[in-house]
Amino acid sequence: MLSPTLIALIPLLPVFSFLLIALGGKKYFPNLCGILATLAILGSFILSATVAYEYFFQLGPTAGAFKPTVAVSLQWLPFSPDVSIDMGILLDPISVMMLVVVTLISLMVHFYSLGYMKGETRYATFYSFLGLFTFSMLGLVLSSNIFQIYAFWELVGVSSFLLIGFYFDKPSAVAASKKAFIVTRFADLGFLIGILVLAYYSGTLDFQTLITRLTTPTDQLHHSMAATFMGCSALSWGLALVFVGGAGKSAMFPLHIWLPDAMEGPTPVSALIHAATMVVAGVYLVARLFPIFAISSPASLDIVAWVGITSSFIAAIVACTQTDIKRVLAYSTMSQIGYMMFALGVSGYGGEHGLGFMASMFHLFTHAMFKALLFLGAGSVIHYVHSNDMKDMGGLRKHMPITHITFLVACLAIAGIPPFAGFFSKEEILTAAYHGNKAIFGIALVTAAITAFYMFRLYFSIFWSKDFHPYHTEDGHGAHDAHHGEGPFTMLLPLLILGLLSIGAGFLPFGRLVTSDGVAIVTEFNPGFSAGPVLLALAGIVLAWSFYKKQNNAPDQVAGNIKGFYTAAYHKFYIDEVYIFITRKIVFNLIGRPAAWFDRNIVDGTINLIASLAEIVSFLIRKIQSGKVQVYALYFMFGVLGFVLLFMFW
Amino acid sequence: MSQIGLPHILFLSCALFFIGVYGFLTRRNMITMLMALELILNSVNINFIAFNKFLFADKMDGLFFTIFIITIAAAEAAVAIAIIINLYRNSHSLDVDDADTMKF
Amino acid sequence: MSASIIIFYLIAAMILIGGLLAVTATRIFRSAVYLLFSLLGTAGLYFFLDYEFIAAVQIIVYVGGIVVLIIFSIFLTQGSGTSLKQPKFLRMALAAIAATAGCALSVSFINNHSFSGANDKPALSPSVGEIGAQLLSTSQHGYILPFEVVSMLLLAAMIGCIVIAIKDKEPAANGNQN
Repeated sequence: MLSPTLIALIPLLPVFSFLLIALGGKKYFPNLCGILATLAILGSFILSATVAYEYFFQLGPTAGAFKPTVAVSLQWLPFSPDVSIDMGILLDPISVMMLVVVTLISLMVHFYSLGYMKGETRYATFYSFLGLFTFSMLGLVLSSNIFQIYAFWELVGVSSFLLIGFYFDKPSAVAASKKAFIVTRFADLGFLIGILVLAYYSGTLDFQTLITRLTTPTDQLHHSMAATFMGCSALSWGLALVFVGGAGKSAMFPLHIWLPDAMEGPTPVSALIHAATMVVAGVYLVARLFPIFAISSPASLDIVAWVGITSSFIAAIVACTQTDIKRVLAYSTMSQIGYMMFALGVSGYGGEHGLGFMASMFHLFTHAMFKALLFLGAGSVIHYVHSNDMKDMGGLRKHMPITHITFLVACLAIAGIPPFAGFFSKEEILTAAYHGNKAIFGIALVTAAITAFYMFRLYFSIFWSKDFHPYHTEDGHGAHDAHHGEGPFTMLLPLLILGLLSIGAGFLPFGRLVTSDGVAIVTEFNPGFSAGPVLLALAGIVLAWSFYKKQNNAPDQVAGNIKGFYTAAYHKFYIDEVYIFITRKIVFNLIGRPAAWFDRNIVDGTINLIASLAEIVSFLIRKIQSGKVQVYALYFMFGVLGFVLLFMFW
Repeated sequence: MSQIGLPHILFLSCALFFIGVYGFLTRRNMITMLMALELILNSVNINFIAFNKFLFADKMDGLFFTIFIITIAAAEAAVAIAIIINLYRNSHSLDVDDADTMKF
Repeated sequence: MSASIIIFYLIAAMILIGGLLAVTATRIFRSAVYLLFSLLGTAGLYFFLDYEFIAAVQIIVYVGGIVVLIIFSIFLTQGSGTSLKQPKFLRMALAAIAATAGCALSVSFINNHSFSGANDKPALSPSVGEIGAQLLSTSQHGYILPFEVVSMLLLAAMIGCIVIAIKDKEPAANGNQN
């Protein structure tokens, strides 16, 4: 095994680059910052890959199961002899898997941004924020302590806020960053309360101790099951509240409203944070506490499953109607994360029952590859077209051949067409859902078909449809001809690498590596079962082909036939409006305004009354203080005489 | 001398004290206020001496207090006159009612 | 009526009349001279009570020091001839009331109080040597500590006087220009 110092370097290298760039680099060597940050993250990636190789293949399973090991543990804030907040590094299959995913995608994004962000005025700042984010995310996945994960959870929230608001001179970006921060903070309140509930009943903050105490019949488990609140046990409440935090970060319905707006950030950021890594933190959190969910509180797990499938389905429908390509991808991200969530939700613990868990992690892994690829491809398109809107695109396949091919690979992968990566993970998820909950399985099938439809709607709209005419010829950028469609080498290489991974990642023997209890499970391939989803996906693709291959009015006709539903979906089912109604009309008017009135009139009024009383009295008595010494001496004399009389005759 | 008792001297010092107080309260010139202050200190000295003479004739504590009061009166007069001169240099007036800037 | 009583009343008259004139005289230089008489009378009282050393100190410090200092300051500020402003009537009346009331209270208090002390011990008429020995003695009833403190106080007062009264070069120059 690698030494703890080298493992600790994995999260520390990005933070060093962040500090170096933010403190000095921005000023003294702004053009080298990108390369510096990329080298740092390359180091992290190499170390992570080594750790993963050694953990899975050299250390190997002990007694048939992968055991979690704590590589580093520092006591940080001891509250009592038993409860302390530690800073540690926990290595187990999911954290090692996440380590590779985060460093790999981060490396790709760093490299891609060398080309994409070239010439930006805040180029160095961008790389420092990326370093901060990578550090926070790595700290999050390596956390050995539930409070440590909370700290890094907030750090990724901050870096996400900074990167969404990167173009802070754009009002929409500022609004989006605020929205993302406030919504996730609101969800984190639930997370914090959940942590406190769990910590109170289990008497520990350490993950391994926590899981052991709350899954085996101990006093702590009995107490937390016995204490009830509104009909549910304290344990279920704690887990549900923790899940609220996860749902906020992972953009689950109804806390998803921030994710589409977060696309205001630079596209590489969307690929890194809002597609591949940060938004799956919620899934990771549930997976981290999965034994407690599965063994002690199946009710909470049902919540996870139903929230997941609802988000997945709604997001898929909304994605069909959006025209901003990044928003389409954002909704597809939300939909795929919903997939992971309900896969966890229908899973059981241990052995073959843990198929859903393994499938969820598998999908997390493959999704990171192809979704990052989709975003980076979209970034290339935007880089060329200078627009986010599908209506401005079309016929780009001749202009951008490499982007076209890799984007097609990613679309096939997300649609679940064999042999691309998404097929394998999606099939495992559907198998798990089939065994777990038939209703969820049905909705998931429909969602899979819709996914294929909207992804190919996107694909055909960008690369086929009408012929592309650079619309901005008149403003001096007419140099974009067929030969200059592709971005520079730095933007193409990540696309190619991720394209290869999107093809090949599905062949990883995931069942042997990442499972709920560390014991390898065998996943058999059942052609009869997997034929259904694939055929549905193909149907979706064909439908998209017929609608969007050539410009025609078929989509408009269909939209016209289901006008009400279409409009509702186009407006994202008015969830934003509901939020605004709740906050503006109900919270502000019914709570905020009376409270403000009370504060202004009663509280301030009392203070003002006291102040004006003091003012009046002092105005009355200030004549006494004349500044004339002899007058004071007179007062003094009469005062002394008065006291003498008082003491003599009273 | 046997007929002159302690009360006689106390009446004297008491009268001198209140003459000083009257002067302090009515005089408008700072130098004359300082003189009134010297009268007050003198009456206290007389008191110390009288008590020492008539009640504790075997001790000398009253004398020492008198000596210290005289010393401090000298120091106080010196400082007060320095202040008066400085004030006069700045405002060309020794009227105590003119020096009334220290108020609200 | 023995001679000592007459002498006492003469001394008392000198002190009180000197004091009264000192606080009521309209010319400031006269006021200082009346103060001088009052202080001399006090010294006479100390002689009368057989404390020659204190009487000598009274004359040297008060008459020779403080009154001379006051006269100097009179000359430095406004000169001897100026007549003083009359006090405000209301304040004068109030001050008179306060003084007479206080005097009446004190007198009644002295009348009603019987003073008693350790009169059985032999009376002491201390010489300068004895006073000096006890003043600098470090034993019980020694006054070395107050003596040193007072010497420090005198030093501080001396430096303070110089600092306060010294002419400030810069503001003075400004004042001349203005």
